Amino acid sequence: MNKRLTMVAISLLIIAVVYSACAAPAPAPAAAPAPAESVATEPAAAEPAAPAEQAGSLIDTVKARGKLICGVNNQVPGFGNVDANGNYSGFDVDFCRAVAAGVLGDASAVEYRYASGNDRFTLVKSGEVDVLFRNTTWTLTRDSAEVGMEFMPVTFYDGQGMMVRKSSGITSIADMDGATVCVQSGTTTELNLADVFRAQELEFTPVVFEDNDKTLAAYDEGRCDGFTTDKSGLVSSMTKMADPSEHMILEDTMSKEPLAGAVFQGDPAWADAVRWIVNGLIEAEESGVTSQNINEMLGSENPTIKRLLGVEGEMGAKLGLANDFMVQALTQVGNYGEIYDRNLGPDTPFNLPRGVNALWSQGGLLYTPPFR
Amino acid sequence: MATGIPPTHWVNPNPPAPSQKPPATTVGGIGWLRAHLFSTAANSVLTLATLWVLYWIGERLARWLAGAFWEPIWANRKLFATGIYPSEQLGQPAVVLLLVCALFGLSAGRWGSIMRTVGIGLAALLLLLALIPLGGMAQAVMAAGLALLLGGYWLGARGWVASRWLVAGWVLSGPLTFVLLLGGVELPLLGASPAVDSSLWGGLMLTMLLAVVGIALSFPVGVLLALGRRSKLPVIRYFSIGYIELIRGVPLITLLFMGMTMLPLFLPGGWGNPSQLVRAMTAITFFSAAYLAENVRGGLQAIPKGQYEAADALGLSGLDSLRFIILPQALVKVIPAIVGQFIGLFKDTSLVSLVGLLELVAVAKAVIQQPEWLGVAGGVAKEVYVFVGLIFFLFSYGMSFASRRLESKLGFGKR
Repeated sequence: MNKRLTMVAISLLIIAVVYSACAAPAPAPAAAPAPAESVATEPAAAEPAAPAEQAGSLIDTVKARGKLICGVNNQVPGFGNVDANGNYSGFDVDFCRAVAAGVLGDASAVEYRYASGNDRFTLVKSGEVDVLFRNTTWTLTRDSAEVGMEFMPVTFYDGQGMMVRKSSGITSIADMDGATVCVQSGTTTELNLADVFRAQELEFTPVVFEDNDKTLAAYDEGRCDGFTTDKSGLVSSMTKMADPSEHMILEDTMSKEPLAGAVFQGDPAWADAVRWIVNGLIEAEESGVTSQNINEMLGSENPTIKRLLGVEGEMGAKLGLANDFMVQALTQVGNYGEIYDRNLGPDTPFNLPRGVNALWSQGGLLYTPPFR
Repeated sequence: MATGIPPTHWVNPNPPAPSQKPPATTVGGIGWLRAHLFSTAANSVLTLATLWVLYWIGERLARWLAGAFWEPIWANRKLFATGIYPSEQLGQPAVVLLLVCALFGLSAGRWGSIMRTVGIGLAALLLLLALIPLGGMAQAVMAAGLALLLGGYWLGARGWVASRWLVAGWVLSGPLTFVLLLGGVELPLLGASPAVDSSLWGGLMLTMLLAVVGIALSFPVGVLLALGRRSKLPVIRYFSIGYIELIRGVPLITLLFMGMTMLPLFLPGGWGNPSQLVRAMTAITFFSAAYLAENVRGGLQAIPKGQYEAADALGLSGLDSLRFIILPQALVKVIPAIVGQFIGLFKDTSLVSLVGLLELVAVAKAVIQQPEWLGVAGGVAKEVYVFVGLIFFLFSYGMSFASRRLESKLGFGKR
């Protein structure tokens, strides 16, 4: 008995020794062997360490790297896609490019990292992506310290909608008592559906699928009376139906889904820089500055435009950017309206009306604080 | 000399009837059908029911195939092959492919046996790809790969390459692959090229890489763990048991998530942040090693005690008896199990699509959602998934076929 105890004790001791030996870091390259502690606490400057451990802001890291690492999706038509040559494109992707143009002066200096729904926030928190533009809904929990995101201005106001057959006679959610609804599992969509029907005291049967294409296929085969997802998703889904003309999207908006970019919470300088680049794209549309007319606009007498384009004032310098940061973003990417039209507008398969995503001056929700 | 006996002709008093053909209902096609498919009423019903089911499936399949829309696969062939690897630097993966072709050719010539089977399969695949107008340099690369394979076979068959060098070549090809794919260094023939971050690797290339690295690294670790589990030293034994049971008690996807989020926490500060690829490879290797250890342990336990005693009686040291007596016999016994596990591992690599790596299945998901295919009724998911399924089947079946050849070559199962 005693012998066995001794054996166990020795085993534990050996494991401890082996473990501590393994945990000792390799000697720092091209440096005298340093004590373990100093190596562990001073990551080399070039090492992409987590932002929390860093004294400087990501804004300096990005400039030093010469490349922006942007977390995007590649599975949302119109928002984030990868084409046959491996190039990313889409509405969200264009914001990555605008940020790269604003910070680095080169819209193509972006390295895209696919962020899955499961690990997108981890990627931001561990500093593996500098900024996240991935059809992410801004919610309280995600903004709080629990998830730890710092959200950027809303780039797209989405809302959950419902698609039904025209022949069904349904004209609003209120007509859908007892209906079966196809919905994707594990999303806020599923929860909103239950909330809305419960609030109106309507009965319904959810038919749940793992991904959007399967959900759509089931609805198309007639297994459900309704199909629900975000309205932007409904529009692109419609084009995949066997006969799109048989279906319609109800007016009702079942939830608020403000999609916004996000950065690491706790890096105010970086958050401000990204925030004002996004704001600048909206301001440019409001002021009528586009990638086409920007050269004439540089000579404009309008003080707002002068400040926006860095002709007057030191707006860029206040953010730690070049004063012509918006000139770069607008020349290389274009203003908000141009980004919208390029990816979702009338010339695209989506032909998605601006709706609430119009400027506030045109009855929409887009409104930016002043550039001064 | 005449004997006076007249020559006799024996005459059969009962001549056989001239041979007739058997009735048409017992031989040939009809006979076979009667014997095998319609021998009883129950069998007839079963046959008809099966035929109807086959027709039902076949008709639907044919109708779907006729209307299937394969354009997304053709248009995205580069994405399926290498993911978002920069187009202008595709020469680097091409060199890796050529290297592997040359090594397979030399091995097939030098060692024959199973290597020849694998080499023939690879040659057929390369020939097919060289004939399809893939565009760009792809066809030329495939043709060059085929030439290297055949040239290597010719050289190897003449025995000009020592086995030892060939083994060294295979071992070296691992790190060399990573150097070539990562770029960013001065290479003898290719010159300097910009570095390619491993987050840009993808497609079939990444799937193969994950599978091969997982198999190559987990095999030695698994064998060591199996030996450790049977060790007389309690530290080693309990460590091995603990490791194996812990890993086997956790699903791979959990390990992958653990690797993605927690691996950096376990590494010392100076090691920086391992890339997602390294994290995924670590998790896959850990996972596979534990299962492999159990397979190998099965082989070790099947070795009769007499073999151990005979090895001891010969005066072999512990290591030598393992090397020359025990392991060769034990590993041969578990080839089917190990290959089965490797096939499983190959397919399990598709799980890394859930942690953000663009392997084959992740590419499929991205292709399905490209805006170009928005107008296609019913979407393009079926075609894309069928294509990816075919690729997985091709390689899995290839592995399984090669393992069966290996078993029969070794005479396993006949003794």
